[in-house]
Amino acid sequence: MSEAAGITPVSRLPPRSRVPVPPFVGTTLVPIVLALVAGGLVLAAIGTDPLAYYAYVLERGLLRLRGLQATLVHMIPLLILGAALIVSFRSGLWNLGIDGQYMLGMLTAGALAPHLVQAMPLAPALGLSALAGGVAGTLWALPPAWLRARHGTNEVISGLMMSLIATSLVAALVKLWLRDPASLEPQTLTLAVGDRLPMIPGTDVNVGLVLALLVVLGVHAMMTRTAAGLRFRVLGLNPAAARHAGFGGPVLAMSVLCLSGFLGGLAGSVELIGALGKMQASWNPAYGFAVVPLVFLSRFNGLALILLAFAFSVLEIGGASAATRLDVPQDFTLVLVGFVLIFLALAEYLAQRRAET
Amino acid sequence: MKPAVPIVALDQVTKRFPGVVANDRISLAFQAGEVHALLGENGAGKSTLISMLAGIQRPDEGAILIDGQAVALSSPGHALRLGIGTVYQHRMLVPTLTVAENLLLGTPWWQRPRRAAVAERFRRDARAFGIDVPPEARVDGLSLGEQQQVEIIRALWRGGRVLVLDEPTSMLSPQGVEELGAMMRRMAAQGVSIIFITHHLTEALAFGDRVSVLRGGRCAGGIGTAEFGALPRPALMERVVGMMFGTAVANTNALAAPSLALPRAGDATMLEVSDLSGQAFRDIRFDVRAGEIFGIAGVDGNGQTPLVQALAGQIPSRGRVMLGGQDLQGRSIRQRHGMGLRYVTDDRGGEGTVATLPVSLNLLLKDLGRAPFWKQGFAERRAIQAHASARMREFDVRAPSTETPIGKLSGGNIQKALLARELAGSPRLIIYNKPTHGLDLRNIEATRARIRETAQAGLATVLVSTDLSEVLALSHRVGVMLRGRMVGIVGNGPDARDRVGRLMAGLPESAAEDAAGEAAA
Amino acid sequence: MQSLLSQTFLAALLTGTVVSAIPLILAALGEQFSERAGVLNIGVEGMMLSGAYAGFATTLAGGGIWGGLLAALACGAGLGALMALFCVRMGMNQIIVGIALTLGAAGVTALLHHAHFARTYPRLDAAPRIAIPGLSGIPVLGQALFHHHPVTWLGLLAPALFALIYRNSFLGLNLAAAGERPDALDATGIGVVATRSAAVIVGGAMAGLGGGYMAVIASGIFVPHMTGGAGYIAIVLAMLARSRPLSVLGGGLLFGMCLAVTTALQVGGIAIPTDVIQMLPFVAVMAVLVLFGRHARMPSALGQPYRRGQR
Repeated sequence: MSEAAGITPVSRLPPRSRVPVPPFVGTTLVPIVLALVAGGLVLAAIGTDPLAYYAYVLERGLLRLRGLQATLVHMIPLLILGAALIVSFRSGLWNLGIDGQYMLGMLTAGALAPHLVQAMPLAPALGLSALAGGVAGTLWALPPAWLRARHGTNEVISGLMMSLIATSLVAALVKLWLRDPASLEPQTLTLAVGDRLPMIPGTDVNVGLVLALLVVLGVHAMMTRTAAGLRFRVLGLNPAAARHAGFGGPVLAMSVLCLSGFLGGLAGSVELIGALGKMQASWNPAYGFAVVPLVFLSRFNGLALILLAFAFSVLEIGGASAATRLDVPQDFTLVLVGFVLIFLALAEYLAQRRAET
Repeated sequence: MKPAVPIVALDQVTKRFPGVVANDRISLAFQAGEVHALLGENGAGKSTLISMLAGIQRPDEGAILIDGQAVALSSPGHALRLGIGTVYQHRMLVPTLTVAENLLLGTPWWQRPRRAAVAERFRRDARAFGIDVPPEARVDGLSLGEQQQVEIIRALWRGGRVLVLDEPTSMLSPQGVEELGAMMRRMAAQGVSIIFITHHLTEALAFGDRVSVLRGGRCAGGIGTAEFGALPRPALMERVVGMMFGTAVANTNALAAPSLALPRAGDATMLEVSDLSGQAFRDIRFDVRAGEIFGIAGVDGNGQTPLVQALAGQIPSRGRVMLGGQDLQGRSIRQRHGMGLRYVTDDRGGEGTVATLPVSLNLLLKDLGRAPFWKQGFAERRAIQAHASARMREFDVRAPSTETPIGKLSGGNIQKALLARELAGSPRLIIYNKPTHGLDLRNIEATRARIRETAQAGLATVLVSTDLSEVLALSHRVGVMLRGRMVGIVGNGPDARDRVGRLMAGLPESAAEDAAGEAAA
Repeated sequence: MQSLLSQTFLAALLTGTVVSAIPLILAALGEQFSERAGVLNIGVEGMMLSGAYAGFATTLAGGGIWGGLLAALACGAGLGALMALFCVRMGMNQIIVGIALTLGAAGVTALLHHAHFARTYPRLDAAPRIAIPGLSGIPVLGQALFHHHPVTWLGLLAPALFALIYRNSFLGLNLAAAGERPDALDATGIGVVATRSAAVIVGGAMAGLGGGYMAVIASGIFVPHMTGGAGYIAIVLAMLARSRPLSVLGGGLLFGMCLAVTTALQVGGIAIPTDVIQMLPFVAVMAVLVLFGRHARMPSALGQPYRRGQR
C-alpha cells in the first residue's frame, strides 16, 4: 500500500486501550504452561500420573544436590550454543549448522588438549584448546556464510548439510587418525581428570559453567550495548535500513555467521575440556534442536535464556532418572519441547493478529 | 450516441486505509467499445481503484455496478467471471513457465494442459492484434513489453468484456507505446471496454475516447467523448493540465511567491553530475551551487528515486559525480556521508528508520559506532540520550521520550526525526526525496521551512518532489525527469509552472535547456 | 578384493541401494512438491518417523503390508495437514513449526514404541518378494532390481509418475505459480492457500509413505529415531533436484548407494570408516554450491506466507 500512504492523512489513531500484559508472560510463560498441560495429557494417555512425573523430575533434577549439579553441568553447552544462536537469529540469519560447529569444535579440542597439556602449563593449554575449538567452528560456518553473503543461498539448508558432513567427518577422523590406540571404542586420547577445567570450589561443577554464563552475558551485553551489536540488530530488524545507513553489506552477514560459528565451536571445546575429556566417534548429542526452541522462547534475550536453559536441563536430568524409575522414556522431553514450540508460534500468531486489528 | 447502461460503473466508491483515504467518493462509468483514460499522479488513488475492480480489495462505501447491478466483487476469480480482466503495472507472469503455460494457469489442476491448442489460439489472436511472441518461449526470456502483450491477451481471454490496463506504458519504449495504442484501438473497435490508466497526458489524449483525472483520491474532472470531438487538441491539453497540476483544485499550502522568499544562491558549484547513467536513468547532467535549491520535478516513477539513490551510493551507476571538487564514484555510502552528502529518503518506515528501535538510536543510525556516542564500541547511553533530546527539541520531534520506538510516532514526527538525523554533523549537500509526501499541512509547512533555512545557511540542496507546487515554491531551478532522462532544466519564474508542467506531461518544449534557467540563479 | 567384487556382494549392494533409496526418493518427491508451491517443510523427518510407526503398528496388528503403507501415508498426510493449517492458513513461522513437528513426532513415536513394543521388540515377517520371471535371472542386476516387493518398484516408478503428472496436468503449473508468483496465481482465480495446503499435505503423505517403507518393508522393525536424518537428506535432495522429479531418482539412488555401501563394507569387514562414504554426497553437494552458487535457486516465494493484497 505504498501508494495509498501518501494521500489525505487522517488524524492519528488513538492508542488502543488494552490490558497491559508483560510480553514475557504472553509469549514465554503461557506456551510453557500449556505445553506442560498438554504433555501431562500425553503422560496420562500412556498410563503415567503426570503430577507424580513432574514432581519426580523436579526432585531429581533440582532438589537433590547431585541432580542439581548434573543439571548445571548439562547447562554449559546449551548456554554457549544459545549465545551462538542469539547472535545469529537476532541478526535475521538462521545458523542451523550449529551442531556441526559444535562437533568440529569438540574434535579440535579433543585432538589438541591432551598434547598441549603435556607441552605447557594447564591454563594456557586449556585456553588454547578452547579457542582452537572456536576457530574450527568459525571455519565450519564459513561456507554457508559465504554462500549466503555472495549468492544469497538459503543458509538453513547449507547449514544443515554442513552439520550432516560434520557428523561423519568427525567420526571418520576419530577412527582414522585421532584414535586412542589404548581404547577399544574409537575415541580420542582422554584428557586426565586433573588436566580438565577445575571445579568450582565445593561442587562437582566445572568452571565451564562460569565461562558459559560469561559468554551469554557477554553476548547479551554485546547485542544490547555495543555498536557491533546494534548493527547486527538493525540487520535483523530491517536489512533495508542497514543498507541505507551504509553498513548492511555482505561483510556484516559474514561476521554474524562467523561469530555464531565461533561460539558453536567454543561450546564443543569447552564441553570437552570440562566435562567429557574425550570425544567418541559416535558422540552426536544434536543439541541444536533443543537449543533452537530455547532461544525462540527467550525472545533472543540472554538473561531469559539462562533461566530457560536451566529449566530445560532440570527436565532432561530429572527426565533421565524418571526414565528408569517411572518407565517414561526420555523422549518425552522432545514431546514437551515440540508442544512448547507450537504454542509459542500460536502465541506469536495471536499477538500479531491483535496488533493488526 | 450514448449507451444506456455502462458495463462497469463506480458509484460514490470510498476506500480507506489506516490514516489515509485512498479513494474518496469516486463515481465513474465505463462504456463498451471505448478507451477510457484515467489520468493521475502516483498517490492519486489509481492503484486502489484497480484493486477494487479486480476483486483484490473491497470498497468501504459505495458500490461497483456491473451492467447496472450492484455487485460485491469477492475475489479475483469473481471479477474474471464477470468479465473484468486486469493487467497490472508489475508483471503477473510466472517467470519459470512458458507463455502458453502461463496462459493456461487458472484451470482446475486435474485437467490436462492443452499446450498445443492454446499456443495455436494465442498465435491467431496475437496476429490479429499485431503481436509477435512465440507461445513456447519461457517468460523470463521475454522483454517487459512482450510480457505485457501476453498479459493483455490473457486478460482478454479471461475477462473479455472489460480490460483494465494499469500504467501499461510505464515500461515501454516510445515505439512500444504506439503499438500498444494501436492495439487498444483495435480491441475497443471489437466492443471491449478498456480502462487505460496512465500519468502521461499525451497518451491519454492520443488513445482515449474519454479522459478522467484523479487527484488526491478524488475525481478532479474529466473530458467526455462529445468534448473530445469538439475542442481542438491544445485546448484539451490545457484543460487536463489544469486538472492535474493546476490551481483548479485547492492547493494545500500558500507559500509566498518563490522569487520573493528564495535565498540568494552562492557562486561555488557544490555538486556536479555529468553523464550519469544507471538501471532506471540515463545521461543525467546537472549541477547545484552552494545555497541553491535544485528541484527535480516529474511524475513518480520516472527515475528520480533511482537517481538520488545512486547519488547517495545505494545503487551502482556510471558517470561522474563531484562533490565540492571531490570525486564520489567508487565511494561507499558511509564515505559519502562522511564527505557531507546527506540523503533524506522518501521511504521513511522502510529504509529510513527501524520501527522497533528507540528514537535516540534511530537518530544515530548513520553515525553508528562514532564517538562520543560509542566509546571503544560501547554505547554511551547518556551521550546518546542527551544528543537525542537536543535534536528532538531543536527539530520539534514530539515523542513521549527519547526511548520511544520510532514506529510509534506519527509520520510528521518521523520525518522531523529523519531531518534531525541528516542535518547533524557538517553537511554540504542535502538530497530530499519527496520530503512532504504523506504529511499533514502543519508538518508540510515545517518541513518546507526547514529546507529553506538549511539552504540559506549555505547548503546545496536537491529536492525531488512529485508535487509541482512544492518544487516551484522552493527551487531556484527545476530539472524535469521523464522516462529516466532529464528532459529539461527550467529557471524558476512566472512562466515556470506552465513550462515544467508541459515537460512533465511529455509535451515538446522548444527551448528546454534555456538561458533563463542559467540566469535565474 | 576377490570377495568384494563377487556377484553376491554386488547384488547385495545393489539391492541395498534400492531399498535404502526408496524412502529418500518418496520423501524427497513430497518435499519437492511442497517446495515447488513455496512451503519449506522442515518437518519431513518427523513425518517420516510418524509414518514408520503407523505403518509398523498397523502391519503388526494384522493390517497387512498394504494396510501398513496406507496407514503410514495417512499419518504423514495428517501431520502435513497440521503444518498446512499452521504455516499456510495461519502464516506461522515455517522453521519453528517444522522443528516442532519433528520433535513432537520423534517424541510421541518413541513413547508409543516404549509403551507397546519395548519389551518384546516384535519383528514383522519379511515382505514377500516377487521375482519377475526372466528378468530376475540376469546376473547381479536381476536380483537387485527385479526381485522385490512390488512397492519397491512403485517407489522406483514414482518419480516418473510425478514427472508425468507435472507434465500432463495443471498441477505442476499451479504449484510452480504458487511458489514463484503467488499473486499471479491468485489473480487467475486459483486459491493460493488451497494450492499450498494441498501441496503440504501431499508432501506429508509422501514423507509418511517413505517412513512406512523403511519400517514395513526395508527393515521390518520400528526403533525410535530410526530415520536417522533421512528427512534432512530428502530436503537436500529436493533442493538440488529443483523441479525435476527424475533428478530425485538419480540423487536418491546415489545417496542410497552410499548408505548401502556402509552396510556392505561392515559386512565385508573392510577397514575404511563408512563415515567417509556417508559424508561424500554432502561434500559433493557443498562443493557444487560453492562452485556454482547460482544453481541453488529456489522458488522466490519459498518460506513466505501469502496474504492477498500485500506486497
